Amino acid sequence: MKKSNIIMFIAAILPLGLFLFPLWKITLEAPQYPTPLGMYIHINDFSDANPHDIKNINLMNHYVGMKYIPEAIPEFKIFPAGILITTVIGLIIAFKGNYKRFLFWFILMMALSSAGLYDFYIWEHDYGHNLDPKAIMKFTNPDGSQMGFQPPLFGSKDILNFRAHSYPRLGALFLGLGIAVSFVAYFVGKKKKKNNLNMQT
Amino acid sequence: MKNLLKSIVAIVSVSVAFTSCNNATSSDSKSGALAGNVAEKVYVAPGEHDEFYAFVSGGFSGQLAVYGLPSGRLFKVIPVFSQDAEKAYGYNEETKPMLNTSHGFVPWDDSHHPDISQTEGVIDGRWVFINGNNTPRIAKIDLSTFETTEIIEVPNSAGNHSSSFVTENTEYVVAGTRFSVPVPQRDMPIKDYKGNFKGALTFISVEPEHGNMDIKFQLIMPGFDYDLSHPGRGKSHGWFFFSTYNTEEASTLMEVNASQNDKDFIAAVNWKKIEEYVNNGGGTMMPANYAHNVYDEATHSATSTMKKEVLTVNPLDVPGAVYLMPTPKSPHGCDVDPTGEYIVGSGKLSANLTIHSFTKMLDAIENEKFAGDAYGIPIIEFEASLAGVVEQPGLGPLHTEFDDKGNAYTTFFISSEVVKWKVGTWEVIDRQPTYYSVGHLMIPGGNSRKPFGKYVLAMNKITKDRYLPTGPEVTQSAQLYDISGEKMQLLLDFPTVGEPHYAAGAPADIIKPRSKKLFNLEDNEHPYAAKTEADTKVVRDGKTVHIYMTTIRSHFSPDNIEGIKVGDKVYFHVTNLEQDYDVPHGISIIGANTSELLIMPGQTETFAWEPKQEGVWPFYCTDFCSALHQEMQGYVRVSAANSNTPLRWSLGEDIE
Repeated sequence: MKKSNIIMFIAAILPLGLFLFPLWKITLEAPQYPTPLGMYIHINDFSDANPHDIKNINLMNHYVGMKYIPEAIPEFKIFPAGILITTVIGLIIAFKGNYKRFLFWFILMMALSSAGLYDFYIWEHDYGHNLDPKAIMKFTNPDGSQMGFQPPLFGSKDILNFRAHSYPRLGALFLGLGIAVSFVAYFVGKKKKKNNLNMQT
Repeated sequence: MKNLLKSIVAIVSVSVAFTSCNNATSSDSKSGALAGNVAEKVYVAPGEHDEFYAFVSGGFSGQLAVYGLPSGRLFKVIPVFSQDAEKAYGYNEETKPMLNTSHGFVPWDDSHHPDISQTEGVIDGRWVFINGNNTPRIAKIDLSTFETTEIIEVPNSAGNHSSSFVTENTEYVVAGTRFSVPVPQRDMPIKDYKGNFKGALTFISVEPEHGNMDIKFQLIMPGFDYDLSHPGRGKSHGWFFFSTYNTEEASTLMEVNASQNDKDFIAAVNWKKIEEYVNNGGGTMMPANYAHNVYDEATHSATSTMKKEVLTVNPLDVPGAVYLMPTPKSPHGCDVDPTGEYIVGSGKLSANLTIHSFTKMLDAIENEKFAGDAYGIPIIEFEASLAGVVEQPGLGPLHTEFDDKGNAYTTFFISSEVVKWKVGTWEVIDRQPTYYSVGHLMIPGGNSRKPFGKYVLAMNKITKDRYLPTGPEVTQSAQLYDISGEKMQLLLDFPTVGEPHYAAGAPADIIKPRSKKLFNLEDNEHPYAAKTEADTKVVRDGKTVHIYMTTIRSHFSPDNIEGIKVGDKVYFHVTNLEQDYDVPHGISIIGANTSELLIMPGQTETFAWEPKQEGVWPFYCTDFCSALHQEMQGYVRVSAANSNTPLRWSLGEDIE
């Protein structure tokens, strides 16, 4: 087996780390929470950083009219399927394909990951802006518009008395690494091909 | 010439005397300047934690208070033997059984001597045991919840005072009677006390994993007053020592008549030997009647069971198990040093401290160095077990604890001081005044093989002018001394809840990690729990109504209830659905003839309400829970006894 195919094989396997480790984490800090509230986003689940955190996030959020974080969302079915399918495709081209296919897989993964991030952003926006009109506390921005409570997609942000942090976790690293390695596989494959051509001439 | 020389010598010596006098003054003023450091030593910055927990009994308050050392800050008053309206202890339906006794519901007691459980002679921080003096009881407090979880009544006992000290693996918690009484109780002339009254020393076994208490046996001793006790440890593990007074067996004008003998006794009890005797079927089962009350953390409820018999042991039936060591005069404290070799008797009417040697005691027993017997129990010759005497250390010695450097610290009630002395050489090293009339003292781990000798806490009986006055009844107080150096240094006075009678302490690190944050709702097995708002309901059973209610920020479910009638007995069973640290909710309703409830996250508590008038009566959350606490309220409609108002309940919608 060619070196580039071995690298591609590794690239295709790496995203499976998403089934072992969380994709993202949102943390909410406030003085009354010496242990911050936190939620892990897995590819197929939401989970508490510490026991009962999601319940307590929901309790906090109901004061400003935010919906409860759902037990399950459609993405929990779509994302795992997507990862499994792309892994299979990745493995097939690792065994059979040449370096040009590696680039295809790289582009495919970039596109799907971007779509996933966009989907996450849309959900977050809805979660932070689609508020109950009977909310206990209503806040407005200085310009008079309704204040939103959307956590940042990436980074840290102050939301009322909380400071919210949103950062990728180990699962996302595995995915990103898989994508990056496929690009490496493409380059290694391309270089080898070029060398072979040179030797033939 | 000779005279000149003499006068020169005189001048020199006088000036030396003055100089040294000046030196003394300057060193005094230096210690005055150092006083700034004293504040630093007890200062625990905002948000920081204390180094030690101190569990200080409340004496006649019947409770146990939890303080931090060195700051002296009060964290919690744990209700034990007295009702506590703040926490609903003894008021709510779940904890009322905790205060049940053979005399019925007893809502008060006099809590005296807390002791922390031990493993291999070292404090393990699992439970605190404490005695109720008046209606003899032993309580166990679980240090994962800081709540009283078990109380066992002690039969054949009265003035449960030489209690509640644990053996070095918490095999037993020991409860000795202060007042001897007829055993079993019966109608008889008081003047026939002598020879007829008995003193029961009770050994309560502690199940190693869950701590369940059970009376293993009662040793029925002569009718003395058994004042204090302590376990042997290390080499003397397996023995227990009890101080006695009133060996005169007087029953009236005790202050005179019980103070006539030059020496009373420290009774040495080989409990291992008696345990073996009992395990082999020894002892006499005697009819009795005493309550055993157990709080179950899963059901959040206590049950009370009346026990009907107790195993008694006559000391004469177990040869070699009990000896008496003469100790001058009416000894109070009976304290065993960390090695287990020395037993310190504080003869409270004596000018000296008497120290017995465990090794010499065993030798005296082996060589039968006896000076007679009391009711058949051998009396060891005074000199035979005597290790030494601390000569004239002060007036009115009461109690001794030990540090980890071979020093002992004894309180003197009459001369109002703590005296530090050296174990083995018996020499006095230092003395510091207390303000005023110190009773017991405490060094964390001071009743174990491993004391943490950084501080000693002295607990005073009188404060007089030490604090801002509050009318005739002034605050009670304790005082903290630094004992890390050769000399003791007074660091802090702090007020206490009730009489700070006795204390036990431990490094915070041993206890803090075990402290629970909340109760898991899913583990709640209370028969009337509603674990979600969907489970809430109101059920009528004749004139009894059960409300299955929940609380979560910031509402009750249900919060509108109709169909209650005058003459009903309404039980509010309230489950706190919160699962967040430090979010209790409270509840009470107008006219309730009981206390509020204070319900921890995941817990269910119940109060009963008997409405006496028609009307619409509000209830509300009594613990400031959230920004919408003030909105956390509801109504109960009470109709006439013969009305037809249907039973209905709701949350967030109009009842119809």
